Amino acid sequence: MAIKGNLVNPRKFQKDQLKIYAVLIPMSLIMVLPIVYIVNHAFKPLEELFAYPPKFFVTNPSFTNFFKLVNATATSTVPFSRYLFNSIFVTVCVLAFTLIFTTMAAFALSKMNFKGKKLLLAANDVGLMFVGLALQIPRYLIVDKLGIHDTYLAHILPIVVLPVGLLLLKQFVDGVPSALIEAAHIDGAGELKTYFSIIIPLVKPAMATVSILMFQEVWNNVETSSMYMDTDVLQTFAFYMQTLSSNTNSVAGQGLAAAATLIMFIPNVVLFVIMQSRVMSTMATSGIK
Amino acid sequence: MRSDKLKRNITPYLFVLPYFSLFAIFVAVPVVIAVILSFTNFNAIQFPDFVGIKNYIELFLQDEVFIRYVIPNTIVFAVIVGPGGYVLSFLLAWALSQVTKGPRTIMALIIYSPSMTAGTTMAVIWKVLFSGDQLGYINNLLMQLGIITEPIIFLQSSDWLLPVMIIVALWSSMGVGFLSMLAGLLNIDPSLYEAAHIDGIRNRVQEVFYITIPSIKPQMLFGAIMAIVNAFKQSAIGVQLSGANPTPNYAGQLMVNHISDFGFTRYEMGYACAVSVVLLIIIWVFSKGARTLFKED
Repeated sequence: MAIKGNLVNPRKFQKDQLKIYAVLIPMSLIMVLPIVYIVNHAFKPLEELFAYPPKFFVTNPSFTNFFKLVNATATSTVPFSRYLFNSIFVTVCVLAFTLIFTTMAAFALSKMNFKGKKLLLAANDVGLMFVGLALQIPRYLIVDKLGIHDTYLAHILPIVVLPVGLLLLKQFVDGVPSALIEAAHIDGAGELKTYFSIIIPLVKPAMATVSILMFQEVWNNVETSSMYMDTDVLQTFAFYMQTLSSNTNSVAGQGLAAAATLIMFIPNVVLFVIMQSRVMSTMATSGIK
Repeated sequence: MRSDKLKRNITPYLFVLPYFSLFAIFVAVPVVIAVILSFTNFNAIQFPDFVGIKNYIELFLQDEVFIRYVIPNTIVFAVIVGPGGYVLSFLLAWALSQVTKGPRTIMALIIYSPSMTAGTTMAVIWKVLFSGDQLGYINNLLMQLGIITEPIIFLQSSDWLLPVMIIVALWSSMGVGFLSMLAGLLNIDPSLYEAAHIDGIRNRVQEVFYITIPSIKPQMLFGAIMAIVNAFKQSAIGVQLSGANPTPNYAGQLMVNHISDFGFTRYEMGYACAVSVVLLIIIWVFSKGARTLFKED
């Protein structure tokens, strides 16, 4: 069975894995360093932020930066909680729309036959590559023409389409046995019922994965705020955070920015850790042929 | 009976309608608009007037900033961050597939986590790390090691801004493509390796090229496309790091920044759309290359 221990996904530790660890451990340390740094910087009290030479690790952790972050908005017209509410509201809406629309399209593209199917798949494949930033001007004009400029809809609608999400979901639906769907049809279920009773329960892992990818897109998004919003009240937490960061020339501002970054970062990690195994099972069916 | 058939015929379209109408409005139509506007003079207020290929001629023959800075910067950035980030993703995914599950899960999370921040939010942190005075961590470290005597103003310097952008982008390039390749690697049938060893594969390099890569071609291609997309997605980072568009001496000016500079600062939207079209063509050429490389035969 074991040939020179060269098997992938080994069950036990073997000596020749040491070489691999010798590369992986330093790499992981480099990757994690900036994150360790944010955590430390976020908890540094003012005197440690000013310390020279700068210290990497915090000695007397305090929540000062977090309190200041909340109070920083006390003087402005828009409270901190409003930005946070906007971000959460927009994120929840986008996730809901994305999951419903994308699973529906994935079901049709994978299990139904109709004219134009190939064209839609090809279009999505091309859309996969086109970065939103490259299309910023026409998108701006469209948002303007639709009259959704400066409304929540402008935060939501341009983001909902995630071509990579459709790609992953469609491949996952491909793996659902067609016999199951035929059986449902014989039992008299229409496509809508099949969608709810067969497709949705079976593609949950892929939905989890798409949620994670979408969450990163929308939670970290600053473009919709900076391009489509005029009123402060409608801007998101990510955008507010970025404006804070442009004031990081002051040392005290850096502490605030680190605290804000940490608040931005943590939901991403928590979500990924919770859904980690589902993500990996979806990825197993991923790929472009 | 007839209405039943009709129902069956339109059902698929109803299912794809919500997704693809938004796709049309925010992806397909913008591409068409960009192409049309690129042949016009448009200031966002008056009706655009048709100018033929004037914008493209200006772009390639007269726009000194575009020719001298934007194009070379974009190519350097895209080539290093795209293929570079891709190779890095594959190597790390491969290394992770060679160790046991517990350590693998932890290290995969660590390596993947920077990509979750999508660069933007992290700009804050990099600004502090690369800060131009001796309070900046990198400057402080280099000075203590005696490599430099004066702090380097990384983020405002023509020599350093682009390299810093590349480092930041590479750091966060192990994203969904990396996960896909890792999952692909873990699902390769072990008997393939056994057979290969019997057939005389001698070392791991041969193993990777003859067994591993051919077995996960779809994931390799997916990873490649994602790497290209990521490289172009991250390219606004120069403006975030330096805090200005245009970036100091155009040192970190990439095509994406050139588009916003002309479109939203100068309101020359026709011209900005010409830049968009060129950018879309570049992205398309890159991914065409990736597709040829990993075509299933």
